[in-house]
Amino acid sequence: MTNVGASAGRVGGLDRVTGRQRYMADIRLEDALHVKLVTLPCARARIVGVDTSRAWQVPGVRAVFTAADLPDPMPRYGVHYDDRPVLAVGETKFHGEPVAAVAADTLDAAQKAAALVGVDYEELPAVLDVRTALDPAAPLVVDPELRPDDPLAHTNVRREFRYTWGDPDSAAADLVIENTYTFPMVTHFAIEPHAFAVAVDETGVTVWSAIQHPYILQRVMARVLGLPWSKVRVIAPDPGGAFGGKGYPKFEPLLAYMAMATGRPCRLVLTLEETFQAVRRNNAEVRIRTGFAADGSLRFQDIEADFLMGAYVDISARVISKSSHLAAGPYRTPHARILARAIHSHTPPSTAMRGFGTPQFTWALEQQMDEAARRLGIDRLEIRLRNLARKGEEVVPGDTPADGDWVESVQKAAAAIGWGEPLPEGRGRGLAVGIKSSATAGAAYSILRFLYDGSVFVLVGTSDMGQGARTILTQIVADELGVPPESVNVVMGDTAAAPFDYSTSASRSTVFMGGSVLRGCADLKDQVRRIGARLQGCEPDQIEIERGIVRFPGGEERSIVEVVQEGLGPVGGELIAVGTMRGEADPTHPIGGRPWFYEFNCTAVELEVDRKTGEVLIHKHVTVADVGKAINPLQVESQDEGAAVMGLGHTLMEHLVLDEHGRIVNLGALDYRIPTTKDVPLQLESIIVENGDGPGPYGAKGVGEGGLLCVAAAVASAVNEATGAVVRDLPLTPERIWRAMREVTPSGASPR
Amino acid sequence: MSPQRRAVSLVVNGQRHALEVVVHHTLLDVLRNDLDLTGTKECCAEGECGACTVWMDGVAVNSCLVLAVEADGRQITTIEGLSREGSLSPVQQAFLEEGAVQCGFCIPGMVMSAAYLLQNNPAPSEEEIREGLSGNLCRCAGYKRIIAAVQRAAEEGRR
Repeated sequence: MTNVGASAGRVGGLDRVTGRQRYMADIRLEDALHVKLVTLPCARARIVGVDTSRAWQVPGVRAVFTAADLPDPMPRYGVHYDDRPVLAVGETKFHGEPVAAVAADTLDAAQKAAALVGVDYEELPAVLDVRTALDPAAPLVVDPELRPDDPLAHTNVRREFRYTWGDPDSAAADLVIENTYTFPMVTHFAIEPHAFAVAVDETGVTVWSAIQHPYILQRVMARVLGLPWSKVRVIAPDPGGAFGGKGYPKFEPLLAYMAMATGRPCRLVLTLEETFQAVRRNNAEVRIRTGFAADGSLRFQDIEADFLMGAYVDISARVISKSSHLAAGPYRTPHARILARAIHSHTPPSTAMRGFGTPQFTWALEQQMDEAARRLGIDRLEIRLRNLARKGEEVVPGDTPADGDWVESVQKAAAAIGWGEPLPEGRGRGLAVGIKSSATAGAAYSILRFLYDGSVFVLVGTSDMGQGARTILTQIVADELGVPPESVNVVMGDTAAAPFDYSTSASRSTVFMGGSVLRGCADLKDQVRRIGARLQGCEPDQIEIERGIVRFPGGEERSIVEVVQEGLGPVGGELIAVGTMRGEADPTHPIGGRPWFYEFNCTAVELEVDRKTGEVLIHKHVTVADVGKAINPLQVESQDEGAAVMGLGHTLMEHLVLDEHGRIVNLGALDYRIPTTKDVPLQLESIIVENGDGPGPYGAKGVGEGGLLCVAAAVASAVNEATGAVVRDLPLTPERIWRAMREVTPSGASPR
Repeated sequence: MSPQRRAVSLVVNGQRHALEVVVHHTLLDVLRNDLDLTGTKECCAEGECGACTVWMDGVAVNSCLVLAVEADGRQITTIEGLSREGSLSPVQQAFLEEGAVQCGFCIPGMVMSAAYLLQNNPAPSEEEIREGLSGNLCRCAGYKRIIAAVQRAAEEGRR
């Protein structure tokens, strides 16, 4: 293997360093109208009336849409629940929800007209936090009439997920620790804001969207518009970062109605502020009661989590059901009770975000381990090693057992951070682990076209949003077919060209689409064997193909392309192979199927805390991922480093702050800070564990989310060692740490 | 009531453009929309993310904070002008070699800031690189590789 396992250069890298890469907003559509949304300065309001007359007077305005311009009843859409209206109808549910939209010849005209749309509204009390949402007297975010046959319809709880094993009530423990942890509302902040366009003609609807899952958008658009799927073509340019935020439909249905009404393509590029208002990560409160034996072994977990998912479900119910199923982490947990609620609020809808609900639980669980270690006088590393599930052991009964040597990962992290070595004055070290379930089901189809000259088209529905899927697939094809990587062309982002892919989520692309392409290569080689057999008068199974060399029974060797060309003859043509990779759903499984693999990570840090200000300086950050096989080590390391830095964002600084009207106070890059070059650890080291034990090509597992899961807990652990401070609310701002330091009693234990 | 326009003359990547620009349009708007130079990216539109970094008379600026009329008569260099006749600048080359590119959306601005830094400080320390690029956000957070790329480009430049 020359390509697989090597840090091949990024396919698409050249276009990205030269500015030639065309992202969604860079694509020109002939005659397109520019759309601007009209929103209200509060979360929840009754819409009394909308006056569009002044907006219509702006030259160049072609449409001013309100709920009245849409079908009645208002079309609603979503990935699992059809709950989101195309425009707000009757009442707005969050700050940023559009009540009207303008389409005009120029963006200037659209902006001007949008500002002239007069909305008569009455602000209503809004549900902005968990406590209010659960108050029986709280206003209902979702009209109960939209939740027929739902026993929870008269509450703000959309779903409750319960998992129990063993007998947590009668499990004996020597030490019981009970705490509440909060994880903040944070946002994806991909540098590319969301952008969409829709054109309508007699062939159907064409949607351009910087989206991770083009096939889900195709399905949702077809359903909203009442079209066959074949009449919805989704063109999905490579997203400029996504992190889960570009997974599901947003304003594409609105643009379709506007394009139908105007007869012209409609285009909407959100501002960064509008992007913040579109989707975010679920904030959560996790109450956790953990029982330990005196030797530190876990006896039981009793976990109750409230996730505030916002006005519409988007994918949050899945985020919560899936992450809570694995809430007890990578440990042997004999008894557990888990309850997680998916709660509506008048805040922007939550969606998937790197880690998919797991960071919220990991933040709580890992701090419980630390507190137990402190109170039982056990080393923090030791208590984890004592409880970690060994390979093949169950973590959740009946589910995929531990699929890696996790102890090895932890020991590597400990060694790299110098665990147990003397600490410089004022510093602390911390270590934590995290685990996330991979995809449980899905389907990935690929088409490989082996062209007459020996070059290859690979058609896949995966999105390359920076994780480097093109590169990985190119490496696989180049090795399997023995063709130079430069002659492999991976075509993505067009549902009219590429076959179905379930989604680009849950770190699945290498395992699922990689597996699909690997099977496509096998299909191609079978075809070549059949051609060779016909040409040489032998049986196909007498022919071996390795790295593009076809070996015939007599020992003769020829290249694949020679065999194919001779087989196809002077008329030419091509070989077309299909790769199919399916993981069927299991309706009897609590989360619809066993995870294909786990992403396991151990993060260790060494940091110092400024005792005057509470500021944290991370000297070293080590992130260790168990990846099975690194098809491209550079890309694995880059993704883990990126996940680590994103994790440091919610650990140290990120938090969307709402005012009493439900508006995001720190809306935009000026006030919502993410890590810069000056915030990243002085030393950041990514370590890969490869034991070839994954279900993907060559033993690969998925990567890219693990590095974020336990960052906050590792940092908090180190802050505690450095200062004695215990903080259970993120982010660990200097103020929070400073205040917590002042609460530390002389013994070093926090009174909380 | 059409928007007010003014004539400006911009030299972009060595080429002179006489344009009638809308007075409230930024240099970024004009580069992207009037000149179709879409390599320069828009993200925050308030000078915080650096995705729109270009050079004006050789100085790195956030083009979202410069009105097009303020750029009248100035020499502008964009990412499209950094590589000439198909050959990459040392910074671009180093970004590729170090694997500093992930989704790529921040990269044009990052490259423009990095090249500007090296022009003014051909042998920056790591701390100076961190400072010099602190106005360019990367959410894939390839900062480590980006810093390494700038170091590599600096080394190449000293050879």
